[in-house]
Amino acid sequence: MALLEVEDLVIDIPTAMGTLHAVGGVSFALERGETLAIVGESGSGKSLTSLALMNLLPKRVQRKAAKIAFDGQDLTTISQAGMRRLRGNRMAMIFQEPMTSLNPAFTIGDQLTEALLCHRKVGMKEATDRAVHLLEKVGITAAGQRLRQYPHQLSGGLRQRVMIAMALMCGPDLIIADEPTTALDVTIQAQILHLIADLKKEFGMAVILITHDLGVVARVADKVGVMYAGRLVETGTSRAVFKQPRHPYTRGLLDCIPVPGRTQPGMPLGAIRGQVPNLIGRLDGCAFRNRCDFAGPECAADIPLVRTGADHEVRCARLDATEVAA
Amino acid sequence: MLAFTLRRLVVALSVAFTVSVIAFALLHLSGDLAITIAGPEASPAQVEEVRHQYGLDRPLPIQYLDWLWHAAHLDFGNSFFFRESVTALISERMPVTMRLGAIALTLSLVVAVPLGVLAAVYRGTAIDRLALSFCVLGQAIPTFCLGLALIIVFAVNLRWLPVSGTATWQSYVLPSVALGWYAIPAVMRLSRNGMLEVLSQDYIRTARAKGLSPTKVVLKHALRNAIIPVVALAAVQFGFMLGGSIVVEAVFSMHGIGHLAWEAISRNDFPVVQAVVLILAGIYITLTFLADVVNALLDPRMRVA
Repeated sequence: MALLEVEDLVIDIPTAMGTLHAVGGVSFALERGETLAIVGESGSGKSLTSLALMNLLPKRVQRKAAKIAFDGQDLTTISQAGMRRLRGNRMAMIFQEPMTSLNPAFTIGDQLTEALLCHRKVGMKEATDRAVHLLEKVGITAAGQRLRQYPHQLSGGLRQRVMIAMALMCGPDLIIADEPTTALDVTIQAQILHLIADLKKEFGMAVILITHDLGVVARVADKVGVMYAGRLVETGTSRAVFKQPRHPYTRGLLDCIPVPGRTQPGMPLGAIRGQVPNLIGRLDGCAFRNRCDFAGPECAADIPLVRTGADHEVRCARLDATEVAA
Repeated sequence: MLAFTLRRLVVALSVAFTVSVIAFALLHLSGDLAITIAGPEASPAQVEEVRHQYGLDRPLPIQYLDWLWHAAHLDFGNSFFFRESVTALISERMPVTMRLGAIALTLSLVVAVPLGVLAAVYRGTAIDRLALSFCVLGQAIPTFCLGLALIIVFAVNLRWLPVSGTATWQSYVLPSVALGWYAIPAVMRLSRNGMLEVLSQDYIRTARAKGLSPTKVVLKHALRNAIIPVVALAAVQFGFMLGGSIVVEAVFSMHGIGHLAWEAISRNDFPVVQAVVLILAGIYITLTFLADVVNALLDPRMRVA
């Protein structure tokens, strides 16, 4: 049985201009110990998807799903209290903004031990020991002293390490990392990603990594889901998607990345023309067709995900064309 | 933390110095003191004698230092009108006003902070609207109207509480409600707005993501941050209450500082006015200083500022 199964997740945001269909039917499954990367540009619905799994969406945002099952428990019908027992305990989250995601009024130690004290019957001593142990694991020196420091005394990179240690406190089965490196310096980004990958191996956790950086995905993910305008347009093993991208959007994204050895200095990088469509109101057919070089009349119909390989599915009506191009 | 406290203390002392200069100048800018003291029928010779007797012929800086020295020893001279030591007048009336202010402030905080928190947590619901209407009501009713209404209902008709005076603790109930009522809207709005702002912060989402109960998220993570501006406001409100209790003291015939100030102003009794200004300013400065210290304890980021 998969650790996490999501079927037909829909997220709607009522606005003054009509309903915004932020996520329009996302399905995926994740096994224990696996890393799934969800890739997409801003506004593709990837962050909302991650918040929906934790049931942390803002009040006015509506979540519907045929199924969200975590380790056999149905999260669509679970009580608030039942959800709280999972959050921070068996499923934990690392947020995008380490600068603002820690409470300025409490010490690092207080905020680290909190989840453990809340979910387990442990004493302060035990919780503090665990916090020190994990701070050392995430590469923070003088961990004992850090516990007494406040967030404003730490750099962005250190704070994100603290956030990661915080997510690990209860030894979760699943970690959702929502663009964990976006707010950090490039040099720190690589460190943090390696850290997450190492910790995942060491603790055997499943990881959902939300990102817009395909370079990151290639290195750490087992599976990839490419999101566009609230839908998965291509999913598969990291290997399959990177070797043989079939959706024109995925190809566009990959063309934007310089490749060592192949991209020469001065060579123009690829770009995807046009803009992301407005998601308010009803959206028929392929949302990418107004930006797509292969678009034809068949793209206006509803397009299902089509299996193109053992572990590879693509939502495109012009697979014939993209095959030729490949 | 110690450095922060010392810096704030220096600021407080310099403000106190400024206030003392202004209070001193107040007396000397208001006309020739010797004439005021000697009275309208005094001859020029008598005026000169008074001037010498009171030391008013000395240079102003000397007079200031002399006055400050005495003021520091709580000696503010004698009242022109009561022919009594100002210190005695004030120490007799101060406890009434302090008691009234303290009870009124506690009352308004106890009502306003929880109400503000509830309104923010249940934003847009009936609870929020009820709290906001209560707020408008608080702002719309003048203190003296409320005071009189309270007297009619609870003292005259129901006979539960005394009409006026300061004889028993029951005498303080109605005046405290009337005085505290006035601080409720400001405190409530600040608590509500502070809470709303804090509740939308990323760290609240982090707290929820840990699986903490909503009560713990609100009362620990949110309130601790939202209460910071309220502490400063409460200190200012307490100062206002001490200075602004004139109306309430008049309505309920309480002989406090407010009442004394009103009497002194209407009779040009400058030493009393001066002392009241100085003492209220001193209390105000002390409160602001304490509020800064409390805030630094609540918000670690302030300790370095």
